[in-house]
Amino acid sequence: MRIPIDTFSLPNGLFVTLSEDHTAPIVAVNLWYHVGSANERPGRTGFAHLFEHMLFQGSADVEANEHFELVQRAGGTLNGSTWLERTNYFETVPSNQLELALWLEANRMGKLLPAMTQQKLDTQREVVMNERRWSMDNQPYGTWMERLPALCFPPEHPFHHSLMGSMEDLTAASLDDVAQFFATYYTPDNAVLSIAGDFEPGDARRLIEKHFGDIPRGAGKPPLPDMSLPPLFGGWKREVVPDDVMLPRLFLAFRSPAFGTEEYYAASVCGAVLGLRNGSRLRRRLVRERQIAADASAFTYDLAKGSDLLVVDVTARPEVTAEQLEQEVADEIDTIVRDGVQAAEVERAVAVIQTSFVSSLQEAGERADRLSLFATYFRRPELVNEEVSRYQAVTVDGVNAFIRERLGNNNRASLLYVAREDGPGELVGAGAAAEER
Amino acid sequence: MTSPTAVKASRPNPGPPREYHFPRFERRRLENGIELVVAPVTKLPLVTVAILSDAGSVCDPAGREGVAQLVAKLMLEGGTTNSDGAELTERFERLGASIESQADWDAAAITMTTLSEHLPAAFDLLSEVLRTPEFRAREVERLKAERLAEILQLRTEPRGLADELFSRFLYSASSRYARPEGGDEGSVAAIDRDQILAFYEGRYLPGGTTVIVAGDITSERAEELTRRAFGSWTGGKPARVVADDLPARRERAVHIIAKGDAPQSELRIGHVGIARNHPDFFPVNVMNAVLGGLFNSRINLNLREVHAYTYGAFSGIQWRREAGPFVVSTAVKSDITDAAAREILSEINRIRAEAITPEELSLATSYLDGVFPIRFETTSAIAAALAVLVVHGLPEDYYDQYRARVRSMTADRLLEAAQRHLHPESLQMVVVGDPAVVRSPLEQLGFGATTLYDTAGNPTP
Repeated sequence: MRIPIDTFSLPNGLFVTLSEDHTAPIVAVNLWYHVGSANERPGRTGFAHLFEHMLFQGSADVEANEHFELVQRAGGTLNGSTWLERTNYFETVPSNQLELALWLEANRMGKLLPAMTQQKLDTQREVVMNERRWSMDNQPYGTWMERLPALCFPPEHPFHHSLMGSMEDLTAASLDDVAQFFATYYTPDNAVLSIAGDFEPGDARRLIEKHFGDIPRGAGKPPLPDMSLPPLFGGWKREVVPDDVMLPRLFLAFRSPAFGTEEYYAASVCGAVLGLRNGSRLRRRLVRERQIAADASAFTYDLAKGSDLLVVDVTARPEVTAEQLEQEVADEIDTIVRDGVQAAEVERAVAVIQTSFVSSLQEAGERADRLSLFATYFRRPELVNEEVSRYQAVTVDGVNAFIRERLGNNNRASLLYVAREDGPGELVGAGAAAEER
Repeated sequence: MTSPTAVKASRPNPGPPREYHFPRFERRRLENGIELVVAPVTKLPLVTVAILSDAGSVCDPAGREGVAQLVAKLMLEGGTTNSDGAELTERFERLGASIESQADWDAAAITMTTLSEHLPAAFDLLSEVLRTPEFRAREVERLKAERLAEILQLRTEPRGLADELFSRFLYSASSRYARPEGGDEGSVAAIDRDQILAFYEGRYLPGGTTVIVAGDITSERAEELTRRAFGSWTGGKPARVVADDLPARRERAVHIIAKGDAPQSELRIGHVGIARNHPDFFPVNVMNAVLGGLFNSRINLNLREVHAYTYGAFSGIQWRREAGPFVVSTAVKSDITDAAAREILSEINRIRAEAITPEELSLATSYLDGVFPIRFETTSAIAAALAVLVVHGLPEDYYDQYRARVRSMTADRLLEAAQRHLHPESLQMVVVGDPAVVRSPLEQLGFGATTLYDTAGNPTP
């Protein structure tokens, strides 16, 4: 199964990918800016994400919150998201509303700053602080999102610090920071625009040139530091986090090959063998057979720079202690390192990945997002059409080679959540301890 | 900023919309009572099969709440006569099929999506699942233990806890809706394998089964596969169970669930709403979009964008066969819990006091009208929409009429719906938060009598 893909670039550096599909009168517009929390400077953690909120606060020709209103009035859906390496903005609209979506995106890429005010920044800062409380601070295990990268990447590494940011840094962010960040990163030459769905390529190109063509190229962005890391942690990093939780939960991470490399696909299949769906190794062994876990899963971060992380996530059953949990999971992984996994397990994993990949391509928004992903990281959106074959090319030998190389106890980092003993009243972070062995 | 007139001038105008209709589907009944609904959609080589059984949580026997959900999960996890649970999972997943089995209040559903090339094999497996489940004792005990672990987890999970206790305080103790869909500690512990078998035998019958097939397949082929899989299945039709949806009380009350040191309060404000089949479904749905259904709704703009109290605030009606909750949900910084509650109350009062503006009406109707095709991009979304049609007995042309009915709404009609179906005098408020911070301001708010509870929902002084 292949989707059609056209690409071109505007003179200002905007890279465009188009994928036609006329089955429904729907079109998705998807814009990736190649900037994420990794690009933040010290003292401004959380800024990339706070900035994403500001992009919905209007631009020269759009009032605050009018972006949402115009798209919804047009019958569209929209949102944005921030990740370590990129920030994306997207709309899916009825196809006769394509120009509106392009105009809105171009207006904020070209003319954001005239609309920025201190009051808007103050409001969104509070909204983001509430987002942080909601998703992390008032959610059992919620802090894993910032603790795990902090544990797995060295302090000076751009992936180390919190994507959501600290309350202190969020408070310090100023309008000058907004202006500077915008000028540096929100430029056409640092962006990829993808359109998928019901449109005529000639029309789309004309509209893109009309609305984005005059936006000036940026002055270049500061290079990220060297992101490369040794392939292994070189030991077993451990952090125990007392939290307001009822059941222990373990996040066990392995440093793994960067997203998009050949080795990445073996790592990704390994993750699926371990923890994707009910037939996976850890679900079968720990949840079904041994009954020591209430749930088990595995995933990769899909980081394209330097190195990635493969993470196993297991929650204990009530009668199982945190120490037992860690030991049982480690024993399972040790068994896999010793004996490898079976060809049938790899076949199951690849089959499940293939179906869910094809399923996801039913949505115009997903198609556009994948095109943007491969265009942003590799300038090769056509890699979308190679995903299935790259997964199918993974062999049991490849997965077992990855396992031998990367799943040993010289490449582990564990974040273990335990029930807080001192009861309510103590701040979660205060009792956290980190050690390395 | 430029003036509004100049702004409008620079905006692109839409071209003519392209026509869209909800996928054509066919319904037929097999001789043994099974209903078949097929929507051929040939976009990608995928098919979703959803098998609905009249075996939702409202069918749970009293004192054994949670049976419906356990049975639904065990249909896959408990294995079949041929295969234990692990083998069965393996057989589905070797085909690449994604499969899940769950029960909500009104129905149980086994939903599977697979590449079309694997559909015949997958259909055979589904037949085995529906007709020869084994409910192995070990797996029954395991799923009970997993549910008990989930119940335990909820004690420290403010969002889930707020939702669950809101239902408990909303409905009369006699209502099934007052207790969690998956059952509580006592009822789950009391379930044994015989009750599981009895529930399966009494509720999973061809006369109460609908097979929905959406995707890359013809109606003829879908019928052939369904007949092969289920044609010889015999049995009757389960009697419809009607849930009691009586409210616990008519007067307002505040229920504070103590979570010491919580940096936010999880807030739920609402009352018993209306059933999915109520003739006012459309006006209530559009009115709710204006009140709290959309990002640009009154409640979200007020709480998030004007006051910065929250990351988000929304209202909605949980649509069920009987009256599900109407609820406003948000999480707000602890020290402004009372102020947020006051704003929510004032928005509920305002939408009952005066007609919404033409701009608000057109935003809601043009959104719901325009977004319609985007809701049905996937085979699983189409199957889910057909399931709604079946479960609620909606008319055949429901989806064809949907957009016109939305567009026909007027401000007067919505005002009438707000006045008839929003009941400020009966609102229940649930707060999961730090009582040291929220209790006294909430008492001063004068919303209603305030009671404090622990995280198990037991009253405390």
